[in-house]
Amino acid sequence: MNDYEAVIGLEVHAEMLTQSKIFCGCSAKFGAPPNEHTCPLCLGLPGVLPVLNRRVVEFAIKAGLATECAIAPVSRWARKNYFYPDLPKGYQISQYELPICVGGRIDIEVDGEAKVIRLTRIHMEEDTGKNIHDQHGDASLVDYNRSGVPLLEIVSEPDLRSPAEAGAYLRKLRTILQYLEVCDGNMEEGSFRCDANVSMRLRGAATLGTKAEVKNMNSFRSVERALEYEISRQTDLIRNGERVSQETRLWDADREMTRSMRSKESAHDYRYFPEPDLLPLAVPEAWIAEIRATLPELPDARRERFMREYGLPPYDAEVLTARKDVADYFEAAVRAHPNAKAISNWVMGDVLRVIRERKLDEALVIREWPVPPAHLAGFGRLIDDATISGKMAKSVFEQMLATGAAPQQIVADQGLSQVTDSGAIEDAITAVLAANGAKVAEYRAGKDKLFGFFVGQVMKATQGKANPQKVNDLLKQRLAS
Amino acid sequence: MAITREAVRHIALLARLPLSAEEEVAFTEQLDHILAHFQRLDNLDTSAVEPTAHIAPMATPFRDDVVVNQPDPDAWLANSPARDGRFFKVPKIIE
Amino acid sequence: MSELTDLTIAEAQRRLRARELTSLELTRAVLARLEATDAALHAFITRTPERALEQAQAADARLAAGDAPALCGIPLAIKDIILTKGVRTTAGSNILANFIAPYDATVTRKLRDAGAVFVGKANCDEFAMGSSNENSAYGPARNPWQRDRVPGGSSGGSAVAVAARQALGALGTDTGGSIRQPASLTGIVGLKPTYGRVSRYGVIAYASSLDQVGPMARTVEDCALLLEAIAGHDPLDSTSVPRPVPAYAAQLGAGIKGLRIGLPKEYFVEGMAADVVNGVRDAVRQLEALGAVVEDVSLPHTEYAIAAYYLIATAEASSNLARYDGTRYGLRADRNHGLLDMYQQTRSQGFGPEVKRRIMLGTYALSAGYYDAFYLKAQQVRTLIRRDFEQVFARCQAIVTPTTPTTAFRIGEKVTDPLEMYLSDIFTISVNLAGLPGLALPCGFDRGGLPIGLQIIGRPFDELTVLQTGYAYEQATPWHDRQPPE
Repeated sequence: MNDYEAVIGLEVHAEMLTQSKIFCGCSAKFGAPPNEHTCPLCLGLPGVLPVLNRRVVEFAIKAGLATECAIAPVSRWARKNYFYPDLPKGYQISQYELPICVGGRIDIEVDGEAKVIRLTRIHMEEDTGKNIHDQHGDASLVDYNRSGVPLLEIVSEPDLRSPAEAGAYLRKLRTILQYLEVCDGNMEEGSFRCDANVSMRLRGAATLGTKAEVKNMNSFRSVERALEYEISRQTDLIRNGERVSQETRLWDADREMTRSMRSKESAHDYRYFPEPDLLPLAVPEAWIAEIRATLPELPDARRERFMREYGLPPYDAEVLTARKDVADYFEAAVRAHPNAKAISNWVMGDVLRVIRERKLDEALVIREWPVPPAHLAGFGRLIDDATISGKMAKSVFEQMLATGAAPQQIVADQGLSQVTDSGAIEDAITAVLAANGAKVAEYRAGKDKLFGFFVGQVMKATQGKANPQKVNDLLKQRLAS
Repeated sequence: MAITREAVRHIALLARLPLSAEEEVAFTEQLDHILAHFQRLDNLDTSAVEPTAHIAPMATPFRDDVVVNQPDPDAWLANSPARDGRFFKVPKIIE
Repeated sequence: MSELTDLTIAEAQRRLRARELTSLELTRAVLARLEATDAALHAFITRTPERALEQAQAADARLAAGDAPALCGIPLAIKDIILTKGVRTTAGSNILANFIAPYDATVTRKLRDAGAVFVGKANCDEFAMGSSNENSAYGPARNPWQRDRVPGGSSGGSAVAVAARQALGALGTDTGGSIRQPASLTGIVGLKPTYGRVSRYGVIAYASSLDQVGPMARTVEDCALLLEAIAGHDPLDSTSVPRPVPAYAAQLGAGIKGLRIGLPKEYFVEGMAADVVNGVRDAVRQLEALGAVVEDVSLPHTEYAIAAYYLIATAEASSNLARYDGTRYGLRADRNHGLLDMYQQTRSQGFGPEVKRRIMLGTYALSAGYYDAFYLKAQQVRTLIRRDFEQVFARCQAIVTPTTPTTAFRIGEKVTDPLEMYLSDIFTISVNLAGLPGLALPCGFDRGGLPIGLQIIGRPFDELTVLQTGYAYEQATPWHDRQPPE
């Protein structure tokens, strides 16, 4: 396999999270009953005309700035002409020459190696409707709710060299778009879609081999698997002296292979021309500056800062910054109680676990936390100043989850404060030693194992509230004498 | 020849306009005649001329990102040649 | 003939406001005339008498209350390429034979809100493609001056309705001359506004960068009144221009003393009917007598306009008409041979030969390998044509030309040679390419008694000068008083 290298470029279509569609005032929300979110415009009725949603442009600029693209001061709309039932006008309004964003990059890391994947362009276009097969199998049913939903098309240069790199690229791109709240990145629901262009060439060759386009990959795993298959398929062909056809292939997830699309017509001639119903899009510098000022700290920068500022290890920083809302949550808690590592452990452990269990992570932005950051901070403080023992902590956490009460409240109500007062512990030790004279003698005679027994007894006598460290220290002293 | 019968057949397919043999011949002749007239444009040197993108010079018009349309699927489906509940129905699409 | 149907919009307005007349009376008269004449003239594809009477009654209520806009109660015809909610709208095509418009075009809505009365949908060439109304799937409309002749197109039905007094005014659309040419062939007044002056929302698109809706009526004043009612920015049309609408009608009488008018030499060519040439030259002398200063000018790229137009318009049309595929509305071919077959049979049965021809031309102009040579080239030539006008308008305030090379030809005379039909658009077509306002009005009759039309072209958004010039000429001449024979 090593004499050939894979050359992969990815085309991602990301549905933008606007309220309304790109050219009409219909809702862009996913999941409505069929054709509820339609109007003459997104149905392509006679006489309709598009009017551009300003927020779509704002989101495109955001995405471009976040990936270091150049934002075109003037860009154009174009018609892409073809016939298909889910394309109501018989053309899609897209951008062809002069897209809104050009150039740009996405940084990835695979097996510890950093790499820059260049972007060719980002442009805006409208989504199509959806076809489904009817039950009888002789007709197709079309739902145009999705027709006119705004899309960002992000095209990478063919800089990717492996399925793993492709996976890393997609994950990074998705995280960036989620941080920007431009797209929710849900591949299964179709709001984040990926097509791949794959070709093989001899390692070190300058020219590109014939590429195949691969479609119908519905998850990151599918993308990686499909690319693995395609690389293998193409390599075999080349080794056998056969040629790779330039074609479109569909990933068949059930049979784990790509199949050539049998298309009745010859290659598409989209006959692109400038959209006469829309004016060229002018984007003034002032607007770009305004949008730049609203950009959040991006994932990579935030991860770096977490390591630097909080001294967190790379793994923690990665997990905590995978979602912007989790990163915000973490920082809010740490601001209130500056033990970053401890907070990090609790967030990565119990907090995220509950979030996953309660499927709160299905939202693009978690708004209601099972444990508010202030409570987590308070909780951390109670542990760190030994008000509660490590053992108590678990129970207090469960109660915070169950009741939503502040940890200080729970501890006070139930008198769970750790007993740290030496006097009280001494009294308990006295009572225990007095009640277990024989065992004391055995211990002093050399049966060290009995120490645990005495600890247990003291803990029991203090309803588990005694500070274990103090118990250990004092018991040792008392038993030694 | 400004256009061949072959080309006419090809664009008829692109445009989803099937032509009978007679129509193909007739259209080829007519289109050829018309396109021959258009060839006079080649007499003009337009290398330094910007194509007209839009007539009306003005700032890009926008709409606000607000949902203004109420659901009214039955109104829009009313003209549909074939429907299945709230779906538009078409002959099966073969991938 | 009932005198009510002879009323101009301006006169009817006055009488309605003075309560000398009700809209119901007026509308009944118009509908009766329509009923009596349309079997022969075929100006309408769909007539809407019941709705018209309802609208008339509502208009009368508003007139009585004293709160009536300018066009309240006025019976009008709407070209069948403009959507009218709840009423069949066919675009003159078989493919929309059963299409009931689910919404109003903006121009329709404006007129409806103003209380106008719609008597029916006017006949037109299919998808506005044609210069004679012979491309209508519903049969040709007939010129009321001589019924074996064309009224012109594509707004033929609108022109006939006005000329034959079946309505007091009409809306047409103009992409390459489709208001001005039929206006001139039927002896009425028609205006194509500056591109962007009037909303295109709800107007079935032929060529998006060229289409405009405009008024057609018997007098310049009536056109001004109609224009005021329909012009203005529309947020639903991204190509409509946010400029205020002047009060055209109130300023018509300014006169044209000292007005500098250009007469382009390229508009007097071989193959024009002698009577047309003479009629226009007489009109020019009349304009001079009214105080205008006429000078010879040149629009050197005129001979390339037809080629540029028919490449751009057909390219845009080929794309605009892709939506007519039997999926969501309109005709669907009744066979069961799969999706591709449905598309093909629907479009094959639904479109007439001229539409097919233009779709193919346009598809070719955009196709791989030909885009640069055809479409792009045409758009560059378009820029040259616009510059020609800009240069002339640096010195002149208006340009005067004939509207058509001949008067109305016979039905069937030009159908065999599409190119010949295209070439007859030569005087109107540059105006669309440059997006300028153009008015057509009667300037005489040929020896056969057929109307001759004069065209006045203006600077962008200067409909006022164009209308004032037309008004001055009209008021000094008898043409607008002549009527077609019964």
